Amino acid sequence: MRGFLSVFKRELKAYFSTPLAYVFLVIFLVGCTWQTFQQNFFEMREASLRIFFDQLPQLFILLVPAMAMRLWAEERRSNSIELLFTLPITPVQAVLAKFFACWAVLALALVLTCPMVITVSYLGSPDAGTIVTGYLGALLLAGMYLAIGSFFSCLTRNQVIAFVLGVVACALFFFAGSPYMLNLLAGFQMPAKLLEAVESLSLQSRFESFQRGVIGLRDVGFFLLLAAGWLWANIVALKERMAAG
Amino acid sequence: MIEVKDLRKAFGPIVAVGGVSFAAARGDVLGFLGPNGAGKSTTMKMLSCFLAPDSGTATVVGYDIVDQPVEVRRRIGYLAENVPAYDEMTPESFLRFVCDVRGIPGKDRPEAIGRVLDSCSLAGVMRQPIGTLSKGYRRRAGLAQALIHDPPVLILDEPTDGLDPNQKHEIRGLIKRLAKEKCIIVSTHILEEVEAICNRMVIIDRGQMRVDSTPAKLREEFGGTLEQVFRKLTVGRDAAPVAGGTR
Repeated sequence: MRGFLSVFKRELKAYFSTPLAYVFLVIFLVGCTWQTFQQNFFEMREASLRIFFDQLPQLFILLVPAMAMRLWAEERRSNSIELLFTLPITPVQAVLAKFFACWAVLALALVLTCPMVITVSYLGSPDAGTIVTGYLGALLLAGMYLAIGSFFSCLTRNQVIAFVLGVVACALFFFAGSPYMLNLLAGFQMPAKLLEAVESLSLQSRFESFQRGVIGLRDVGFFLLLAAGWLWANIVALKERMAAG
Repeated sequence: MIEVKDLRKAFGPIVAVGGVSFAAARGDVLGFLGPNGAGKSTTMKMLSCFLAPDSGTATVVGYDIVDQPVEVRRRIGYLAENVPAYDEMTPESFLRFVCDVRGIPGKDRPEAIGRVLDSCSLAGVMRQPIGTLSKGYRRRAGLAQALIHDPPVLILDEPTDGLDPNQKHEIRGLIKRLAKEKCIIVSTHILEEVEAICNRMVIIDRGQMRVDSTPAKLREEFGGTLEQVFRKLTVGRDAAPVAGGTR
């Protein structure tokens, strides 16, 4: 636990002692506000954050891998990983600590979108329930993307490669259930069962059920389990890399 | 305190360490020598539990490096060859982080940090980011990190590399002072350094043990300076391995 906490604190401090967190927060906030207002936010004449939540996943596909790419690639390139793992810290503690520190920054980014909530509350009386579930869904989605990004960051010393692989993997997961993707796969004469499996992996439909105000145990479990799976793969890959030198 | 038993490590087809065994006790300063690429750093990385050996093992203060790596790391101070550190941190915040990981309680921290800042002469740069420090200061920050928890075992990979002559002198003095209480392994290319601080000497070449002896004995055996001994043992590439004189 001590190993986890000290790495968590160090990582969190590192985000704010370098421009990293500030640049990310500003770009994220400008991006999501601009996207929301540019898409007929007022013309809808509806006091809800639906448009705001609808565009979040696409923004996350770009920005979360950008945050995640440095997690391990930087550590390996600068060799500080040798410092980390000659201190009494286990790979499990380090992977989780880095993940949660970065997730905390992403959570802060979501908290800082509160002017959106204030705006719709001022304009009308939005459904508080769907706003809360919407934020929960967004946080889980961000965590899941982060776990994917963290895994790819561990595979390479090159941050650009980690970023590109992360973006592609996040996009594939998100759009797995989209009609376009399913048509494409159906074109390969895939068995129906496989198509169903691919469709069920889709994050989009699960994310949308949060926007309708539904917290399904299966949806929450899906996000948590998948994130845990990617983190586990991350730990395995990290140990593998370390053994290979 | 350190017992190394037939340690082996290969990276793909390249055998970096091919069966290294030696032991060191409290009070020993063991000079670990060999030409570039001999496997010194790899051996030290295995002892400090960064790399897992392919076969063989070692115990450090009674703990096995393969089975109890975290326990071993708690008892080792390790300075890596290229001095890994977080560049955006200052020596002060870096040392606080290490205190945190190593579980040095808050009330003991000012004393511990003060002690290593002093013994490594770092006080002047303690608020500058490590990334902006010169090579010598960076190495001293690494050394301070290795000393902060007052470990029983020190593993120092070229601790005086990149230091100016005065700093070298200081660090050698520091190692000598620490030697009474600790077991220290130092790798180096500077043979006068071995002469000055080491009471033991292990030479490896291409992953193989060449010699495990003391500087005085070696000079006697080979009749010459340590440099001549080193050349005799490691230049003749096809020479048969020399049976090590044991203590």
